[in-house]
Amino acid sequence: MADPFLLAATALVALALGLGLARFLRGPRALDRVVAFDGLTIVSVAAIALAGLVTGRAIYLDVALVYALLSFLGVIVAARYLEGGEQ
Amino acid sequence: MTDTSLPRRAPPRLAALRLFATLLVFWLMLNGSLASDVLVIGVLVAAAIVLLFSGSFSVLSGHRLTPDALIATLRFVGLFLRELVRANIAMAALVLNPRLPVSPALVKLRTGLTDPVARLLLANAISLTPGTLTVEIAGEWLFVHWVVAPTTDPEEATRAIAAGFERHLEVMYG
Amino acid sequence: MSGVLDILGGLLMVGGAAFLALGGLGLWRMPDTYTRIQAGTKATTLGTLLTLAGIGMIEPGWALKLALIVLFLMFTNPLSSQVMARAAHRAGVPLTPQSRGDALADDEGRAAE
Repeated sequence: MADPFLLAATALVALALGLGLARFLRGPRALDRVVAFDGLTIVSVAAIALAGLVTGRAIYLDVALVYALLSFLGVIVAARYLEGGEQ
Repeated sequence: MTDTSLPRRAPPRLAALRLFATLLVFWLMLNGSLASDVLVIGVLVAAAIVLLFSGSFSVLSGHRLTPDALIATLRFVGLFLRELVRANIAMAALVLNPRLPVSPALVKLRTGLTDPVARLLLANAISLTPGTLTVEIAGEWLFVHWVVAPTTDPEEATRAIAAGFERHLEVMYG
Repeated sequence: MSGVLDILGGLLMVGGAAFLALGGLGLWRMPDTYTRIQAGTKATTLGTLLTLAGIGMIEPGWALKLALIVLFLMFTNPLSSQVMARAAHRAGVPLTPQSRGDALADDEGRAAE
């Protein structure tokens, strides 16, 4: 089993999520939050796949795929909405 | 430049076949199995979609199917992956540098590609490579955000960012 | 069982996760929206690619679906970063003062509103 690898990968992914979340909270513009959300999404896909590896259940991959699809649509919609100008 | 890309399109039957193959491969990858029931459903649904919609999926049909074009496709993918790794390492070094030495600029490029799909692929290849990001496409002009821009001259920027990808795309989409 | 693949997969996985962490760092450190898009959402593409490739080596039966996720991300990622950058530019989000020029604003003949 690849335990030390899994531990290291999980720690690094957690670090990435923390930094992304910090940018999401800080902003300062709405679009910065959208960008942070998009970054978080991509990291989350890897995180979900890692969770699948830990639990040994392939269903997590479907979750990752659907998650990637939905948040992609969300990012596009949010960006198009903010295109008209923000305060 | 006049638009002469239309006559080069693949004939309808070939385009439909390609759409069918794409859909089927996508379905099989999604299922991750080659079991007979999965295969049969995939073939039926892919055939139904092709029959109903084959006129409207022109995105898949501009690519040429000559040996040259296939080699160019492989070269394009190879070049792209090499650029992806190289640019990611450069970006990592940049982010880890305490001084954060960025000198960003939004530069203008001119592409010689006429096929809309080829232009889209070029814009995407540029966007996926960290450090350069296509912001807007207006006809043959691409506006690219560059994190470490050595120049703002359109000619030089085209050579530095687009020329490598363009060379292969020209063969692929003639 | 297949020890070599497990170790190789583990290394790939950790390398990919390291790129993800660097992407997060870029998201935090970069000076303006455009550079954050560049560092944050795209440096993470290679990270995800490597992480999923590593998982695919440890669990070879998952390889096809993992490949599909990677393909999906590689198609949607440039689209979403382009849409975000275009939205930022149209909404008048300024480039960082360190920037060397903005050909798009020059072409449109308007200062950012």
